[in-house]
Amino acid sequence: MTTTQGAAAPAAAASGPLEVTRRRKGRKRGKFLVRRLGFYLVAAWSAITLNFVIPRLMPGDPSAAIIDQLERVSGQALPPATLVSIQGLFGNPDDNLFEQYMTYLGQLARFDLGVSIVNFPVPVADLVATGLPWTLLLVGTTTIAAFVLGTALGVAAGWRAGTRFDAIVTPLTTFLSSVPYFWVALLALWFFGFILGWFPLSGGYDPNLAIAFEPAFIASVLQYGALPAATIVFSAFGGWMLGMRNMTVTTVGEDYVLLAQAKGLSPARVRWRYAARNAMLPQFTGFAMALGGVVGGALLTEIVFSYPGIGYLLFSALQKRDYPVMQGVFLLVTLTVLLANLIADSVYVWLDPRVREEG
Amino acid sequence: MKYDLFGNGKVTFGVVVLGFFVLLAILGPWFTSTVLGLDARANDISAISSPPSAAHPLGTTQFGQDVLAQVVEGARGSMFVGFLGAIVGTVISILVGVPAGYFGGTTGNALNFLTNLFLVMPVLPLIFVLAGYLQGTGLVMIAFIIGVFGWAGGARTLRAQAMSVSNRDFVQAMRMLGESNRRLIFTEVMPHLYGWIASMFLGGLIGAVMAEAGLAFLGVSDSSAISWGTMIQAAQQQSAVLRGLWWWFVPPGLCIALVGTAAALINFGVDELANPKLRSGSRRVAKRTAAIRRTALAPEGV
Amino acid sequence: MTMTRTRPGDDTAAATPSEIVLDVDGLSVEYAGAGAPVRACTDVTFQLRRGEILGVVGESGSGKSTLITALTRLQRPPAVTTSGHVVFHPQSGEPGIDLVPLKPRALRALRWTSLSIVLQSAMDALNPVMRLGAQFVDVLRVHDRSMSNAAAWEEARRLLGLVGISADRARSYPHELSGGMRQRATIALALACRPELVVMDEPTTAVDVVMQRQILAQVLRLRREFGFAVVFVTHDLSLLLELADRIAVMYAGRIVELASAEDLYRTPLHPYTRGLRDSFPPLHAPVTRLEGIPGSPPDLRALPAGCPFAPRCPAVMDRCRDILPPLLSHGDPDSPDARSVACHLHDEELIP
Repeated sequence: MTTTQGAAAPAAAASGPLEVTRRRKGRKRGKFLVRRLGFYLVAAWSAITLNFVIPRLMPGDPSAAIIDQLERVSGQALPPATLVSIQGLFGNPDDNLFEQYMTYLGQLARFDLGVSIVNFPVPVADLVATGLPWTLLLVGTTTIAAFVLGTALGVAAGWRAGTRFDAIVTPLTTFLSSVPYFWVALLALWFFGFILGWFPLSGGYDPNLAIAFEPAFIASVLQYGALPAATIVFSAFGGWMLGMRNMTVTTVGEDYVLLAQAKGLSPARVRWRYAARNAMLPQFTGFAMALGGVVGGALLTEIVFSYPGIGYLLFSALQKRDYPVMQGVFLLVTLTVLLANLIADSVYVWLDPRVREEG
Repeated sequence: MKYDLFGNGKVTFGVVVLGFFVLLAILGPWFTSTVLGLDARANDISAISSPPSAAHPLGTTQFGQDVLAQVVEGARGSMFVGFLGAIVGTVISILVGVPAGYFGGTTGNALNFLTNLFLVMPVLPLIFVLAGYLQGTGLVMIAFIIGVFGWAGGARTLRAQAMSVSNRDFVQAMRMLGESNRRLIFTEVMPHLYGWIASMFLGGLIGAVMAEAGLAFLGVSDSSAISWGTMIQAAQQQSAVLRGLWWWFVPPGLCIALVGTAAALINFGVDELANPKLRSGSRRVAKRTAAIRRTALAPEGV
Repeated sequence: MTMTRTRPGDDTAAATPSEIVLDVDGLSVEYAGAGAPVRACTDVTFQLRRGEILGVVGESGSGKSTLITALTRLQRPPAVTTSGHVVFHPQSGEPGIDLVPLKPRALRALRWTSLSIVLQSAMDALNPVMRLGAQFVDVLRVHDRSMSNAAAWEEARRLLGLVGISADRARSYPHELSGGMRQRATIALALACRPELVVMDEPTTAVDVVMQRQILAQVLRLRREFGFAVVFVTHDLSLLLELADRIAVMYAGRIVELASAEDLYRTPLHPYTRGLRDSFPPLHAPVTRLEGIPGSPPDLRALPAGCPFAPRCPAVMDRCRDILPPLLSHGDPDSPDARSVACHLHDEELIP
């Protein structure tokens, strides 16, 4: 960066350097995003490979066990296509590892995740595809709501650090953020569902209604989803709030906040445009670490409410050792979380002009 | 430092609560069986699903088991997984994080990449799947799985800290003098990280307790073991919620939350000690300031 | 408490408002700690004339930064102003306003339009996620609500031009500027609303010597142009000797000597001032012998009963250890070259 020193800056040079800076900046941001994209692609590849390795590392022969179980469930010999599919996913003693890996990748490219043992002969891909919208709806909205709520409360507590509000709310939130999700869900279900009878006790929609994009059905989805959503937000916002509270306290001590106050700006502007705006940045870098926990917890919440998402699917699969479904859910959840992280990173790039050189 | 640490109310509260649960895990089962005469596994057929009473202070389960005895026994199971999982996780994060920060270069980048990979992976679903294959294995195995997949956050912190310590002049100077890397790491870098390692261990402890509870809730656990997680799972499976048996599932969850809060408060207090800016935001400082302001303004008003 | 007053407080009221811009009287600041509160500033009294540059010099821990936050009402817990007045006299001739008890709303209206500040590190003083110009625009528009956005940006570019920063830089983010540019930008920012008083907290410590000279020259030029008064705080006495009209020397939270820059340099009265002078190489004179001050800065939590400088003082006397010397006027208090010192060495000259 060149320094224009002295009092007389030539006006003619005004337009030139600006263009250069802008272009350079754009390239820098772009480079950062490309690097992050590369990282997430490798991460996705690792998850896919992990999904390949895990069954092959397990004691015994999962592939044979699954085929055995499938034949017992269906009461007949498996069609050759299903046999090949299962062996491709869970191990084929006749092929070497590299051949198996190639077959596996080929199958994934065709969304062939095998067939469910419990729901034979429904393909895993279909089961997962049915559950995914429910989970995306529930977990997606609650994650965003918890993030927004936690961040806003964190600013409030951090700005009033040391006041009675902060002294009460912060330890309380520390407690809330330490409570297991599913336990909160159980309590909520017991109190609001069982004792008060305000909410339905299980499911994602009124079973008497047909699944359709109609007002009655949407209303029932909202009615059934309210309690699970509330419990997830309740359990998840504390973590965001504590992080934001401490970052706000630290940021309020920064010179630029002091200067903003010295400038006589309104307290709201100082708080949001100067303190909170900067304190928020680490929230996005911490997104990756927090998201895994939120998703895991939300999956357990689905189980408590028998919500028809993939968490409940995973639960049923674990109970009955439905390995194809387990692995399908794992793969899908992982890829979705990686995608969410990529989005959070993009938001970060947009929020912070000093895009970091190292990712 | 010691005085300061315990002068902090948050830390004191956390240490007391955590200490209580550690004692409960070690001595509790002996206490309940000899002094209170309760057995976590015995089925009292005369009291099935009974609410808290004199004979059973926290009531009984669907199977006539005493909830208090189970909570105490469960403390042992949960704390065992918590400690073992935290030890495994902390050891791995030291092994990955410290060299990543100390060496930099290709080694550092490779280790950092590995850390970031595990950081973005949703660990809980991964543990679910792994544990699903290993159903029926004991608490030791579960603790190991939790530790093996839960180290990334700690390693990231340690890497950053190790990096800043390694770049300090005294370490650089000793490097140039030809001091061996191993000796430098153990005698110069590591001592600066003990505080961070302790804080990571606490984080790992609560993480492992929660993960175990989650796994048990999914039904992935040693069927003969009793932990807070298995208690909640049993309650859920027997539809305790829909039958109003709140005394069955409330106590174990409360215990998990208390252990978690204790660990979080200790970390919170340690943060305040390490970061002066945070300390200025504490209630105590605000109160003292207000007190001085009041006494200062009083004579002015006259 | 009035014991150490340089002159009777009533004299200041007699001065016409246009002559004095800031009247600081008996200002004390304490820090709330675990034990007894620590006094970081004790009974600080001085007056700032319109358009004057007053230098405040002291070692770290002498209370100079505490003084700045107290003057500007920017202090945060655990710092508290426990007594004293900071009276600001507007140029318009309206009655003086005491900043210490002022309500936040009235204080906000006064900020930047009458009283602005330049902080030590420009990197930390500018909001890293806002464009440089936007940080001018928000303060311009909050104090002049009739100003349009476009006019405010135009004004921001003009202000940057004042300190030699090209107008297109207004759209840059702080991290895209060099250190010297950032520091000059904060000075331009401080002048945005034409204040009568600018408080500067070591604005040249974070830049190299060449840039330091440039910035000082600009401050002097801008002061000539706009006529604002400056309180310039630093630990570097040699710098103040060139810049300031008058200099206040702080030690252990008190002003121990206050004199014109020339008097202070030629005939320092306080042994501490002499020590400070002799420990800096003069900028425009051959380097002779440099002498440091033995000992270390005082611990504010455990000050000696008498003069706080006594343990380090080369000319210490018995009474210095028991009696705190008050800051007393030396010569005619109303003459322009009035000076004052807090030292028992000069007691006799003052006894009538």
